[in-house]
Amino acid sequence: MNWLKYSAPQTFYPLAGKLVPLFAWPAAILTIIGLYIGFFVAPTDATQGESYRIIFIHVPAAWMSMVIYMAMAGWAALGLIMNTRLSFMMAQALAPTGAMFTFVALWTGAFWGKPTWGTWWAWDARMTSELILLFLYVGYMSLTAAIEDTRRADRAGALLAIVGSINVPIIYFSVKWWNTLHQGASVSISKGSSMAKTMLLAMLIMTFAFWAYAIAVSLIRLRCIVREREQQALWLNEAKE
Amino acid sequence: MSGFFSHVFAVVIRDLRLAWRRKADVLGTLFFFIIVVSLFPLGIGPETALLRTIAPGILWVAALLATMLSLNRLFAADYADGTLEQLAIAPHPFAITALGKIIALWISTGLPLVILAPLLGLQFDLPTDALLTMTLALLIGTPILAALGAIGAGLTLGLRGGGVLLALLILPLYIPVLIFGAGAVEAVIQGMSPSGHLSLLAAGLILSLVFAPWASAVALRIALD
Repeated sequence: MNWLKYSAPQTFYPLAGKLVPLFAWPAAILTIIGLYIGFFVAPTDATQGESYRIIFIHVPAAWMSMVIYMAMAGWAALGLIMNTRLSFMMAQALAPTGAMFTFVALWTGAFWGKPTWGTWWAWDARMTSELILLFLYVGYMSLTAAIEDTRRADRAGALLAIVGSINVPIIYFSVKWWNTLHQGASVSISKGSSMAKTMLLAMLIMTFAFWAYAIAVSLIRLRCIVREREQQALWLNEAKE
Repeated sequence: MSGFFSHVFAVVIRDLRLAWRRKADVLGTLFFFIIVVSLFPLGIGPETALLRTIAPGILWVAALLATMLSLNRLFAADYADGTLEQLAIAPHPFAITALGKIIALWISTGLPLVILAPLLGLQFDLPTDALLTMTLALLIGTPILAALGAIGAGLTLGLRGGGVLLALLILPLYIPVLIFGAGAVEAVIQGMSPSGHLSLLAAGLILSLVFAPWASAVALRIALD
């Protein structure tokens, strides 16, 4: 089978339409199962009580925020190397979802921090680098939005995403070091190996749910982008009918 | 190899001459730096102990902002009059041209900041060894700011609202420089050795001088396309 066939918007557009329900339904079902296990089946944490249950949204969201940035940079690199329009569109379709997950991770983190650490925000290394990741997403989205010429917007955004992805580990380690210098190991999120099996199961299910959600939403967004850009294309008008 | 150096040298001399003829721009950046630094004691209060603790951070943040302000004119004038396109189709690698422009930008805006920083540090009652470390850290760090900034300047070339956009793109990338630069000074104030921070800054300088000219050349080619 020739996979490259699907690198053209014309062929990928209908395929994406077929793939959306294949990911959207599992996302919905897995979210319900995951949240049910997380909120009702998983045992209450010995030290943190019920408040720890936000972990089932917080940790998968934080994972997704990083995975999506890397995926975005990967598509961007592919676009610059292979010069395929669809790759750039894919990168742009992923960005808002990634930013959303970053925001959710920060937001739920604040809600988790208040009852457990007694503060909404600490300048913890992970939190700070997550915040910087949000800035990187915002920068990418505002750059692509500011350039009217789509070809230039695609390529400029791609370069920024690649530069950003090289910087992500540097930023992470610098923030980590800065943090240990400033306040020592005052806050630590690591909970050791005390995690119950049901907790881990719920978290894994939620991670898969978020993966499926991210793919479904990005494909829908990709279809919108294709429609916007290929308005004049004959095949799109034919497909509508 | 001699072609490489002579080309870089020619670009540097040309840009410095242009900067010299528009002194107001260079001085404007410098005074922006001074004013921003002076605003903090007015906002926080003249308590010497407090000022001494926050001085490294303030000086570095002000240096970041001042560099960022100067980035807008790195390529703008050449872009407007078509010189940039001529440079892009010149036989020399475009990245070398970008390197020359980065060096010239640093000499015209980064170096004055470095020279002025000890004076401003005195206003914050920093001890002598901290002043020396800060000057050294700025000396290593400000070229990184210019190099990374050139990428952003290339990406936002000729865009509406380019200034704000440039800040959004570049400031997150400046964070490691800020951390290690201010960290070096803080280490000295606390009686530790700043060599770790300074070595990391130097590593960052080498990396950014190798990769940033190339990346900003790519960014410029995208903008010129």
